[in-house]
Amino acid sequence: MAEELRIVLRNADKIDASNINDYIKAGGYTALEKARRMEPRAVIEEVKKANLRGRGGAGFNAGLKWSFVPPAETKYVVCNLDEGEPGTYKDRTIVQKDPQTLLEGMAICAHAIGSRQGYIYCRGEYPYLVEHLNNAIAQAKAAGVLGDFDIEVRMGGGAYVCGEETALIESIEGHRGEPRFKPPFPGVAGLWAQPTVVNNVETFANLPEIINKGADWFASIGAASYPGTKVLTLTGDVVNRIAIEVPTNTTIRQVIYEFGGGIRNGRKFKAVQIGGTSGGFIPESLLDTPIDFDSMRNIGATLGTGAVFVMDDTRDIVDIVTRIAKFFEHESCGKCNPCREGTFRCYEIMKKINRGAATARDIDNITVLARVMQKAALCGLGQAAPGPIMTTLQHFRHEYERKLLS
Amino acid sequence: MANYRDIIARYQDKPGGIIEAYHALQREFNYIPREAVKEVARVFRLSEAQAYGVATFYSYLSVEPRGNYIIRMCESAPCHIAGADEIIKAFERELGIKVGQTTPDGKFTLELTECVGQCQGTPVITINSVPHVGITPDQIPAILALCK
Ligand SMILES: Cc1cc2nc3c(=O)[nH]c(=O)nc-3n(C[C@H](O)[C@H](O)[C@H](O)COP(=O)(O)O)c2cc1C
Ligand code: SF4
Ligand code: FES
Repeated sequence: MAEELRIVLRNADKIDASNINDYIKAGGYTALEKARRMEPRAVIEEVKKANLRGRGGAGFNAGLKWSFVPPAETKYVVCNLDEGEPGTYKDRTIVQKDPQTLLEGMAICAHAIGSRQGYIYCRGEYPYLVEHLNNAIAQAKAAGVLGDFDIEVRMGGGAYVCGEETALIESIEGHRGEPRFKPPFPGVAGLWAQPTVVNNVETFANLPEIINKGADWFASIGAASYPGTKVLTLTGDVVNRIAIEVPTNTTIRQVIYEFGGGIRNGRKFKAVQIGGTSGGFIPESLLDTPIDFDSMRNIGATLGTGAVFVMDDTRDIVDIVTRIAKFFEHESCGKCNPCREGTFRCYEIMKKINRGAATARDIDNITVLARVMQKAALCGLGQAAPGPIMTTLQHFRHEYERKLLS
Repeated sequence: MANYRDIIARYQDKPGGIIEAYHALQREFNYIPREAVKEVARVFRLSEAQAYGVATFYSYLSVEPRGNYIIRMCESAPCHIAGADEIIKAFERELGIKVGQTTPDGKFTLELTECVGQCQGTPVITINSVPHVGITPDQIPAILALCK
């Protein structure tokens, strides 16, 4: 039986999350003290060596990202708590159960890059987390643990695209949340054109243990190319709909059957979509794949946010993908043509297929359209939007063909 | 009820504070009144079109009047397969309005939303941002009765 390994959730349900003293008693803020005794460069090297890769979806080495930050008077540390990816509730879980570990992680990053101002961009749907975090920040300030590092919480407004780091920065600046052209990358010119490190909640929350226990310890856990653990959130037709934290060499099958308890109501498995609503659909034959970033990519899927959406044998794949196409049509910010038009047409064609009015020609058209979007869209939203369509056409094509006009 | 000018003034020195100001307005009025958008434009030195453009970009913000209780039904895929459609229909029947509308007495507004991050308990609704999980159609009259 596979077991959980808790690094970011190490204190979950063991301490009172609204009391910093509990966190400190559990060893909190010793990592920050240790980091502050180290040269900033050495902290960056340690994180780089740990090979801590971004937990927000893109999987970029966090230490490497920090190493690109040029000298500047003002630099910012920004935490991405936008968590708009359907099926995902891991960042909420981390913050609810242990907000101080996030603050400590951000302060370690601030020391490493030389920043005095942090922001947490919290999605508008989590107003209760804003309160919880403001309370945690006030306690950390009163206890003096953050030193001269300040953290302010900003609230998003229900736009999925604002999870994209440059759109998020636009939103903190008070604009419509439309992604910017890259380069320059935020690390060089981000918030108010200053060097800005944007990392996900889970990425920051890993830092205290990495500093305390060392890069070698972390790098030896889970899959070699994407070490550590991943917090996964189980949804859909699985018995246990819970958040778990497991080493990254755990397989999808273990996640669904050992941690998830298998399929609800004694039914059979049909498909699992991992990584959120833009993730690929995975059939039974690929369930022995480990969940780490590269293994998932090798099967044409994504680890993404770590959402695990399970579907049983009664589910209508084409209907679900149609619903997903509506999501992207709604969330496209409209800045670039391949995505603004593309998500609209994808939804139109999916609706036509779903109501039984399409022909094989429509499937050809949506396939070409999907390729154009993957290559030509400005940001990850438009590039990833066709993923569910493409992977279901690959693994569940018969479900489409069943609905075509003969 | 607080004056919208006072609410906006609290955020005028905050860099990028316009969205925080909109959230504060919406907490007070349940939506962002037209005069408030004008005032926001003046205070943050934007054209009215720009200020309106920011407000309407964000689906969590509304520039249309809404009821005292804003009920939002999550329709993202995990809630979709858990029966979101039936819940919406049951709300529509019970309230006598369609999605996007407000009851004539100004008490309830029914909206759709994408995932609100509570997918351990699908299907999920929020009432004034407070999540309620594992909803079934037969619970709806009781839920509405709690909104006094
Ligand atoms: C459309 C879109 C939505 C995104 N949403 C999120 C999000 O909600 N949370 C997040 O951490 N990253 C999100 N990302 C990824 C961010 O752009 C960025 O890569 C990430 O915050 C970097 O942090 P990490 O390296 O620690 O993962 C999103 C990207 C795209 C293209
Ligand atoms: S890909 Fe879509 S969301 Fe991204 S910039 Fe283009 S229109 Fe906006
Ligand atoms: S899918 Fe409905 S709350 Fe996440």
